[in-house]
Amino acid sequence: MTLELKHVGKTLDGDVHIHPTDLVLEPGRFNILLGTTLAGKTTLMQLMAGLEKPTSGEIWFNGRNVTGERVQKRNVSMVYQQFINYPNMSVFENIASPLRVARMAEADIRKRVEEMAGLMKISAMLDRRPSELSGGQQQRTAMARALVKDSDLILLDEPLANLDFKLREELRDEMPRIIAERNCVVVYATTEPSEALLLGGHTAALYEGRVVDYGPTSEIYCQPADLTSAKVFSEPPINIAGVRKSGDQIVLNENVSWPASSALADGEYTIGIRPHHVSPVRTHESDVGITGTVHVAELSGSESMIHFDAYGDSWVSLSHGVHPFDTGEETTLFVDVSNCFYFDPAGRLVSSSDSAGVN
Amino acid sequence: MARITLSDLKHSYMPNPTNDADWALKQLDVEWDDGGAYALLGPSGCGKTTLLNIISGLLIPSHGRVLFDDSDVTALAPEERKIAQVFQFPVVYDTMTVYDNLAFPLRNRGVTEDLVDVRVREVAEMTDLTAMLKNRASGLTADGKQKISLGRGLVRTDVNAILFDEPLTVIDPHLKFQLRLKLKELHHRVNNTMIYVTHDQTEALTFADKVVVMNVGEVVQIGTPEELFEVPHHTFVGHFIGSPGMNVLPCDIDNGAAHFAGQRVETANDADGVNGRKTEIGVRPEYVTFSDQGLDAQVIRVSDTGRFNVVETQCGGNRVNLLVGEGAEIPSETTKIAFNPERTRIYADGWLMGREASS
Amino acid sequence: MNKTVNHKAWFFVLPVLALVAFNAIVPLMTVVNYSVQESFGNNVFFWSGLTWFEEMLRSPRFHASLGRQLTFTFTILAIEIPLGVIIALAMPKKGIWVSVCLVLMAMPLLIPWNVVGAMWNIFALPEIGLLGKTLNSMGFDYNYTRQPGDAWFTLILMDVWHWTSLVVLLSYAGLVSIPDAYYQAAKIDGASSWAIFRYIQLPKMKRVLTIAVLLRFMDSFNIYTEPSVLTGGGPGNSTTLLSLDLVKIALGQFDLGPAAAMSLIYFLVILLFSWIFYTLMTRNEEQ
Repeated sequence: MTLELKHVGKTLDGDVHIHPTDLVLEPGRFNILLGTTLAGKTTLMQLMAGLEKPTSGEIWFNGRNVTGERVQKRNVSMVYQQFINYPNMSVFENIASPLRVARMAEADIRKRVEEMAGLMKISAMLDRRPSELSGGQQQRTAMARALVKDSDLILLDEPLANLDFKLREELRDEMPRIIAERNCVVVYATTEPSEALLLGGHTAALYEGRVVDYGPTSEIYCQPADLTSAKVFSEPPINIAGVRKSGDQIVLNENVSWPASSALADGEYTIGIRPHHVSPVRTHESDVGITGTVHVAELSGSESMIHFDAYGDSWVSLSHGVHPFDTGEETTLFVDVSNCFYFDPAGRLVSSSDSAGVN
Repeated sequence: MARITLSDLKHSYMPNPTNDADWALKQLDVEWDDGGAYALLGPSGCGKTTLLNIISGLLIPSHGRVLFDDSDVTALAPEERKIAQVFQFPVVYDTMTVYDNLAFPLRNRGVTEDLVDVRVREVAEMTDLTAMLKNRASGLTADGKQKISLGRGLVRTDVNAILFDEPLTVIDPHLKFQLRLKLKELHHRVNNTMIYVTHDQTEALTFADKVVVMNVGEVVQIGTPEELFEVPHHTFVGHFIGSPGMNVLPCDIDNGAAHFAGQRVETANDADGVNGRKTEIGVRPEYVTFSDQGLDAQVIRVSDTGRFNVVETQCGGNRVNLLVGEGAEIPSETTKIAFNPERTRIYADGWLMGREASS
Repeated sequence: MNKTVNHKAWFFVLPVLALVAFNAIVPLMTVVNYSVQESFGNNVFFWSGLTWFEEMLRSPRFHASLGRQLTFTFTILAIEIPLGVIIALAMPKKGIWVSVCLVLMAMPLLIPWNVVGAMWNIFALPEIGLLGKTLNSMGFDYNYTRQPGDAWFTLILMDVWHWTSLVVLLSYAGLVSIPDAYYQAAKIDGASSWAIFRYIQLPKMKRVLTIAVLLRFMDSFNIYTEPSVLTGGGPGNSTTLLSLDLVKIALGQFDLGPAAAMSLIYFLVILLFSWIFYTLMTRNEEQ
């Protein structure tokens, strides 16, 4: 069972909403669409569901062309950011509603709903109305309704975005377990890189209607195809600076340089360094110190996020522990250059920590 | 600007509260210094909005007093208290320009146009609104509107405190980071007393010098972000702050020492005076390590967050999480884990034992 | 954005189009047909071009009734809109009194129009009507059947009584949809009650008020039943509004051509004013 997008694109009134996209989505894992608001995640999902018709390309499901087939004929479930339930039905009836449409026998319905409610931990609330539930429980109900029928395709559009921080953590933790046993294609849209990493599976990084990178989530994170993909997949934003490679040195400016790998040709590069590879304390022998002015230091009790300006660029450092700094303070922070991405002038990744062999 | 004192504060929405559950806000005594940044943190329904409304004057508490410096303002209406507030959903005067919005609080107070102009331009510069002064406020994006709300507070020179009620709720995720930083930066610049209400630990901990953690109408701990992280006074604080939260494990007390999973566990506090209450030990995932000797544990699952791995283990019939650094070795299924004795504490009925002594 | 292009949708609109065509377009075309022909009865018609239109536009009688119509409409708009907003502002926003007020407000709207006319006809009679008798006993020389001023007064009072509720209900719906945070923010900003009304309530009510003005304008411009029952256009022609006059020409004198031309001019006037109102009131929405 696979969902295949073959050169699927969507243009409306001359605006390109989705650039022609090729994707193969497999069952049994999360297929994550990662991107900021308006990157095209929802539109792409609507195309997959058949709520929108592509203006180019074809959508194949299980070796069958389903382009233009009506949503009602396809076996699709969707969960939205807002908690959408039938307000005048009990939680039980809410979850049972897709099964009633399918005219399932009453005994089977009861069994399925109770099983699903158990999995979503809402068994005790089956007789209540959605309005009597907390936000987390309402979203669990909506998810139970989406999962109770054996859909071929389940689309989750930022399902945790409207939940309290801790509830989000809890549901995110349970979700892989809930999905694991199903034989269906699961698509999950999110704006948060950390959420994508925790859910695992495969990730498609979206930027302005274009899939800029696609592959196993951890691979995309460790080896982003290009600068855009690295930017999409970094929270807080990845640090970017221009460097020049000449001879055996990478030169940031006249004061800061470090040994280069021989694999890299001479020339101009853009480097990308994730905030947690910039630290107020030296962590590796090979770390390179950069001196700048602290803009703001945000201390969360266990971590310190230091925003500073150095050599005309804004930098962010995220480190364990409490490292207080005053605004305007001059300081040196240490960059772990062994964990640095090098992008060529066109933005393509040419070398990263693993292949550069800097240390 | 003023020091804010909440003395013997209690509130119930019912006319005759009888039992504990009738109180939306239980006993509260706090003193907030002039010019500080404070946060009220807790899950939905914990009473933080009730407390905020009492401070702003929208609600008169059933008990106790609110003091600004030394004057009692308990019975004063919001407009008489000289406070500013930024709401969850942006409030702007749609028909006015950005300039007129910022000028509105001053004009209402009969400030001369010359002075209005100076202040408005100054505040617009601080909030990055200068380029939009002539635009109509209704055309701005959500973050722009929130900046206007904030600007209307900053523009006044007589403000005692600025209150924020989950101000980032409707902001796009990728802009939250920027607006959060802006707030922090502004606090440094204007040195107003700021009180920030949220359910998001990251927002609270990075913004505030001191955080008030609330749960079911009760203040569970007041402290710096570091104190809340390092020495949680209640298992709720341990769970609510930190991601993942503190491991809370049931334990037996024998001869004043904690025993978990059949072994004695060294702790930072002792168990004197437990008196048959429910006892637990609390240890943060950051302070659990793999070790040659210790408690038998089984690795269940590893989630990669990019910066570190969250390792879920099964130990003594309980789930114990560990945080393991990027690239560190993770043992195969059966292993031993150890708790850092300095950071492992005994809790009775949820509260930290010997709390007064240790803090 | 994200609009679905679905041509099947047109298919579902078809029945409505057919209905509208049958209801509005076909009769309208009949009127257009009459307006450009002359008839001497027996179904004999002659092409007359735009003669009727010219005649109508030059006719003092038409000018007079159009003038009366405009006076009537703008007077009731000037009274009903502010009055409706004031009542809506004064209504409770919470509690049991809300439903009581809403029911009271809805009452006049539930009464059939001819009954409203008949009610006021009796109510205002100088000899036996409560209103007429009271006014006379207070020393006013009030008789709506004889004095044009009194007839106008009664006509306008009746319309205000009948229709202000509609404005109240619409304004009230607009008012209660304003989130509390706006009032709180305004208080904190030190805004006066007038400033709150001017910068929060009025802007937030603008959409519903646009609808209220349009509905009241069109309805009052078309008003027929109530004045016909109350005054029948009298005394003399003093309250002969456009619709009353039209009926007189069409059915009283059976001048189909002029009546048709008048109907079309009438229709265009309503269209023109509605367009002006709508444009003015929504002008600032964009930007």
